[in-house]
Amino acid sequence: MVAKRKKKFTSGEGARYITRRGALKKLQLSLKDFRRLCILKGIYPREPRNRNKAQKGRSGIKTLYHMKDILFLMQEPIIWKLRDMKVFFRKVQRSRTIKEYGEMHKLLRKHPTLKLDNIVKERYPTYIDALRDLDDCLTLCFLFSTFPTLEHIGRDLFTLCRRLTVEFMHAVIHAKALRKVFISIKGYYYQVEIKGVTITWIVPHQFSYQPQRGDVDFKIMSTFVEFYVIMLGFVNYRLYHSLNLFYPPKLSTENLPINDKSLVDKQALASERIAALNLSLNKTSEAVDEEVQLDEFPENSTSEHMEEAKKEAEKIKKVKTLFQGLKFFLNREVPRESLVFIIRCCGGDVSWDKTLFVGSTFDEDDETITHQIADRPIIDKQYISRYYVQPQWVFDCINASELLPVNKYFIGEILPPHLSPFVDKDRDSYQQYIPPEEVKLRDPSSVPEEDDSEDELQINDVETKNESGSEENESDDDTEKMDEEENVKEIQTKKLVVKPGTVEKEDPWQKHRLEKQEYRLREKMVKNKHRRLYRSMMEGKKKRSKEVWLLKKKRRVLDEEVKTAKRTK
Amino acid sequence: MLTRKIKRKLSNYGETVQNEDANSDSSDLTDKLGTNDEDEAPVNEYVDHDTSDEEDIRNTIGNVPMNWYDEYKHIGYDWDGEQIEKGATRDQLDAFLQRIEDPEFWRTVKDPQTGRDVVLSDDDVNLIKRINAQRVPDEGFDEYAPWIEWFTGEVMKMPLRKFPEHKRSFLPSKNEAKQVSKLVHALKMGWIKSNSYYKKLKAKKKDRFYMLWQSDTDAERMRRVHDHIPAPKRFLPGHAESYNPPSEYLFDERELEQWNKQKETPWKRKLHFIPEKYKTLREVPAYPRFIKERFLRCMDLYLCPRGIKLKLTIEPEALVPKLPSPKNLQPFPTFLAIEYKGHDDMIRCIDTDKTGQYLVSGSDDSTIKIWEVNTGRCLKTVETEDVVRSVKWCPNSALSLILIASGNKVILLNPNVGDFLINSKTDSVLRDSPKSDTVISERVRTTVQWQEPSDAEYIKGYRAVLVHFKEVTHVTWHGKGDYFAVVMPDGQNRSVLIGQVSKRRSQLPFTRPKGLVQSVIFHPSKPYLFVATQRHVRVYDLMEQTLVKKLVSNSQWIATMDVHPGGDNLLVGTYDRKVLWFDLDLSTKPYQTLRLHGTAVRGVCYHKRYPLFASCSDDKSLIVSHGMVYNDLMQNPLIVPLKRFEDHKKTNDFGLFNVCFHPLQPWVFSAGADGTIKLYCN
Repeated sequence: MVAKRKKKFTSGEGARYITRRGALKKLQLSLKDFRRLCILKGIYPREPRNRNKAQKGRSGIKTLYHMKDILFLMQEPIIWKLRDMKVFFRKVQRSRTIKEYGEMHKLLRKHPTLKLDNIVKERYPTYIDALRDLDDCLTLCFLFSTFPTLEHIGRDLFTLCRRLTVEFMHAVIHAKALRKVFISIKGYYYQVEIKGVTITWIVPHQFSYQPQRGDVDFKIMSTFVEFYVIMLGFVNYRLYHSLNLFYPPKLSTENLPINDKSLVDKQALASERIAALNLSLNKTSEAVDEEVQLDEFPENSTSEHMEEAKKEAEKIKKVKTLFQGLKFFLNREVPRESLVFIIRCCGGDVSWDKTLFVGSTFDEDDETITHQIADRPIIDKQYISRYYVQPQWVFDCINASELLPVNKYFIGEILPPHLSPFVDKDRDSYQQYIPPEEVKLRDPSSVPEEDDSEDELQINDVETKNESGSEENESDDDTEKMDEEENVKEIQTKKLVVKPGTVEKEDPWQKHRLEKQEYRLREKMVKNKHRRLYRSMMEGKKKRSKEVWLLKKKRRVLDEEVKTAKRTK
Repeated sequence: MLTRKIKRKLSNYGETVQNEDANSDSSDLTDKLGTNDEDEAPVNEYVDHDTSDEEDIRNTIGNVPMNWYDEYKHIGYDWDGEQIEKGATRDQLDAFLQRIEDPEFWRTVKDPQTGRDVVLSDDDVNLIKRINAQRVPDEGFDEYAPWIEWFTGEVMKMPLRKFPEHKRSFLPSKNEAKQVSKLVHALKMGWIKSNSYYKKLKAKKKDRFYMLWQSDTDAERMRRVHDHIPAPKRFLPGHAESYNPPSEYLFDERELEQWNKQKETPWKRKLHFIPEKYKTLREVPAYPRFIKERFLRCMDLYLCPRGIKLKLTIEPEALVPKLPSPKNLQPFPTFLAIEYKGHDDMIRCIDTDKTGQYLVSGSDDSTIKIWEVNTGRCLKTVETEDVVRSVKWCPNSALSLILIASGNKVILLNPNVGDFLINSKTDSVLRDSPKSDTVISERVRTTVQWQEPSDAEYIKGYRAVLVHFKEVTHVTWHGKGDYFAVVMPDGQNRSVLIGQVSKRRSQLPFTRPKGLVQSVIFHPSKPYLFVATQRHVRVYDLMEQTLVKKLVSNSQWIATMDVHPGGDNLLVGTYDRKVLWFDLDLSTKPYQTLRLHGTAVRGVCYHKRYPLFASCSDDKSLIVSHGMVYNDLMQNPLIVPLKRFEDHKKTNDFGLFNVCFHPLQPWVFSAGADGTIKLYCN
């Protein structure tokens, strides 16, 4: 008897993947429910090693899921909940159409809800894992907390987002975990470090909600948010406990102004007060914050690393107490929430006009205010005892981890550029452009104060010389020839004399050219296997250096323009 | 009965006391601020008045013995149909411990109806004491107060209403009973829940968060996603995204145009947004694409296929092999020394004599010229009748002979330069053609005919002329200088011919065609012949008349080849830009494929003494490389490209045709299509 022939794609890559349509059929779900399930459970399509085999020989590009993922979904109890929901909505729909509103309301009271606690635990085995994945969660929650109510999305989702984000900000303030901030055209970037995990999120500028024309499906986003709020809630809970705070946050009385005490017991006001971010929360127990000291290792090979790490730790320590003892007053035109958040993260006191928002702690006429943050060209009544600075000063100070001189940031001044703190500090200057402001910021001693721009210019000149070197060299040669001819004439006219010999210097340019030639030849010996890779890498390098060159050129032109403008003045 | 009532009352008292305590506790403002609805003490509405039996909510089981509930955790049900929890039962040991620890133990009693402990207050104790003393329990009760007659015993003569009460008012409503029974049934079946249940549910929802992870790092074992790949994080913003970037980041007109042009292919843009600069923070508007970007990120998270891709962290320089510096491999030619001008057309071939004093070149203007190497002077010009495709100086130092392939003729020429003695000796040797008895076969005779030169030709230096039936493209000498080989690519099975000068005889080594023969070369020490066809190089043993080896070139078209003086290495240049180094000891595949040139390689050459080789190609370049062959068989040859020269001009898409080393010095000659020969010295 002949052994039965093995069917194709029943093992290996072909059996490992399943298309989306196949998954739907297997799970007996509609696409809508499947999408929701995937979002909640964090199931995503996979890129197969061999797409042709994984698609069982079919052409085109299909969305492929791992078979194990689909089997994993199959045993998920939420599937049943989704099916129940389908039935429920059908019932509601029926009672609505036959106008049995009493029945409908009775049904709606029993609206089934998904319990996602277990899924959070399953997707994030540890607290650290959850922190690691918090970037998207926070960005989306912050975005949703600014939304008005939308169709098909429960109103309490937005309020919950707001509540949780405010709670998270409070925790950051208490932990003094803020490391970097950045104002971009998209919004405010914040970077915090919790348990050694850096979390970065964006908070959009004001009035970020704009009706979207069809290409944004808020339902999908709300499904994400539905999961994220649960996750953020649990993270907040643990975060508050690790900081010895009560979890549903409570305000401490000692900081409350006395005149407001009568209002305090109103619930809504309390939550607003918490949202003001200006009062510290109650602690369960006053634990002394232990300072983590870096261990000293005697004479190690990685002493440089140690040195660097120490410097970094020092910097962080500085940021934590950057605004200690300073009192800020915010004018009404500056973004209150972000400024209050970052100032309080760095230990400063802050207040604003009483009529602007609840929770202000002192008034504008307080003589002890050191800085007033304003964003208008002129202020009529100014106090001598304080600086009037623009909001960028606060952000720049935190990024520089020191109090920068305020004179460039006074109201009405043209601000210095606001640089991103997220760029790689150790990058190659040939591969990435470093603006001169950043160079100065990193090492203030390297560039003298006044004629830094000129220096920069010279450096640029030298570089461009090198770049367009070959042509210049030729022209140099020509001139040299001319010189030689002249010399010959001179010699002919003069008598023969013995001249002292001159030391022949090695031309660095010539040497460079020779080295380049040698390298070009050596380059041809790249292994056949690596040839394409090498070429593409070199192409990328070239492209990047071209970008750098372009930026440098633009800068040079701009600087010259500024200079000529100065001269004509 | 009386005692029961009193006790109930007592317990009420106790409760009020406790509640008051709780109230005073919770009066702390701060507590109320944060927690919104918890700690709201239930208001006791019966503080001031005695309660009636029906309103006591804590015993709902009726007047039944308590031991009926011994096996249950609850005692009766409350208004919402929820079970009322029994207090925790204690064993004797617990009771004893409590008796010792609790100072209030003596006044703690157990309520048999609810199963809870009740601590009696001072008033209660007083009350009990008064009852025990058989006095009126209430202290303030005046036993001797005047009697007030609340209800009179007198009967009124007339009724208040004219008609008797309706029967309905004495009977319970059937309709209501029906509805109630329906509700009760629904409650029983769990179809409906009471209001308080929903209220509780809502409250529960509010603090639904708890300590999900017990520790930071330990993971609970449960089934999770198989082989999880975390989503990559978004790139962090650079300076260009700032609201106030350095001005050079802003787009100029050209960049803006480019950006707009790439509307259909946004992924090709260098930035995904247009940088903007605002003077102050208050001018910054909301980013219009923010929601869209977030949405796209969401879509990516759930719909983008994920896979693990290895990223290279090496610099491209690391891929370039580490080779010794050319400085350490001197001597090799480094500069252009002499240019030999004189030919009117492309120079196809050059060769030097054994001593390195003279150079012969053959050109398309159907002349050959003999140059003095050191001075660059043209000593002699010999005109032939056709394009000279190949010249070779005889390797035998006792003979002054040049082999010239011109059209379908091969000429043996005595150049008459150099040592006079040798010249005259050569002439004398070649004067008389040796007589032999062997009959030349028909096949050879139709292929080649040895002819004596005419007188005019003899004066030019011709010593013998071989007329072939097809055009000759290549000639080569055997190392001893007696045999030579001739290649006629169109000759089919007669394309390779081996001639002998001393006997003036030719023979055809092959009977069957092996393809288009490009070039042949003798092994320097063994009786081997290398034959390069279009794609392969075959090595024949001429003595045994067998095929020794067949080398596979992996290229489309072999142009030329040269054998290393040691005889174990072969250099092959191909028209598809490659230079192949074969190590005959290693394998039949190239030991190394060098892609040094940009276009077709036309000439390759080994130096006879120095570890050098050169290659030239149509891209006008001559590349001199170091090619060290070690005596140690374990060590592979070392190949280092040393220097590239690019002095020839391009004419008719041709660059360089031939390259040739000086036999003694590390100098190299190159013959170009521009009609010049160039000498590079070290």
